[in-house]
Amino acid sequence: MKKGDLFVDITDVVCPITFVKAKVGMEELQDGQVLEIKMNEGEPILNVPRSFKEEGHKVIEVTNNGDGTYTVLVEKGGLL
Amino acid sequence: MSEVNYKELKKGGFMKQIQKDRFSMRLKLVGGQLSVEQLNTIQDVAQKYGQGYVHLTSRQGVEIPFIKLADIDEVKKALAVGGVQLGACGPRVRTITACQGTNICPAGLIDTSALAKEFDQKYGGRELPHKFKFGITGCRNNCLKAEENDFGVKGGVLPAWAESVCNFCGLCEAVCPTKVIAVDKGNKQLAFDKENCIYCGKCVKACPVSAWTGESGFIVSLGGLYGNRIAVGQNLLPIIFSTEVLHRVIEITLAFFTKHGKQGERFANTLDRVGWELLKKELVAVL
Repeated sequence: MKKGDLFVDITDVVCPITFVKAKVGMEELQDGQVLEIKMNEGEPILNVPRSFKEEGHKVIEVTNNGDGTYTVLVEKGGLL
Repeated sequence: MSEVNYKELKKGGFMKQIQKDRFSMRLKLVGGQLSVEQLNTIQDVAQKYGQGYVHLTSRQGVEIPFIKLADIDEVKKALAVGGVQLGACGPRVRTITACQGTNICPAGLIDTSALAKEFDQKYGGRELPHKFKFGITGCRNNCLKAEENDFGVKGGVLPAWAESVCNFCGLCEAVCPTKVIAVDKGNKQLAFDKENCIYCGKCVKACPVSAWTGESGFIVSLGGLYGNRIAVGQNLLPIIFSTEVLHRVIEITLAFFTKHGKQGERFANTLDRVGWELLKKELVAVL
């Protein structure tokens, strides 16, 4: 079930590549479009959504996949 | 030079070395910060009077080894002119350590640098039965290791949730380490078990819409030791939200140590001997 305009999986990389991969994904979108991003629990879920916030993108939904990963929907420029 | 008062010298920051008439000179730092002017001064002194190097201590201090006894007055003057004071040794309040705190660190919850300066002004060098260490850390990540200190301060935040602002995304639930937040996205409801919150502030920092805000406060730990005996500082009190109350707690703690501590006895040992409850009772009365 695809909820975002673009899906990025960052569960296969570690900090700081998580940020890079997330950012590259975001750059492909227009304001108002939604990035669907899958990340690991722990450091990624703590830090990646926060860096989106700092850059003006709005987290709109977080789903715990129950397998140690989360799927996060982020609206590009949603906080600007 | 026959009558060398080592105790006086130690008080003034001069640590006797194994080499005859040589001292490792302890400098004063507050919260681990030095200006470039101070660094220049330290460099000059280490070059001219020491052996061209400095030692970084375990508690954010700087020492210049190999200062000659005969040069002490000259060195003191050179340092003073360059804005560097000597550090505290012996039975008194030692260097106030601090992380960079909320002014610099994204995780920080309190202004550790300002608090360190305040602590230094009020308590720095105060005479006590034994050495007494303050450490200030900005949040639960505890980079500054609050519980190692006789008196540790850790930044915390008691979160408050505003329903009208919340977008029920569920991120706070995902980042909460103690799982005290439960978001029901479907029914747009949120449950917060305030009693079991550990004040880490992760919900406040993460929230995309600032539905979580909070009041910053101080989590105090007492009686930490990391020397011959190792003891983890204990939290005897609830989180403190006012700086004024924090200072009252400190004054009472120091007075308690002065009253009950034996010369040469670390605070944790005093508390073990006379009873932690006795101190707790005094402290709770001023909250």
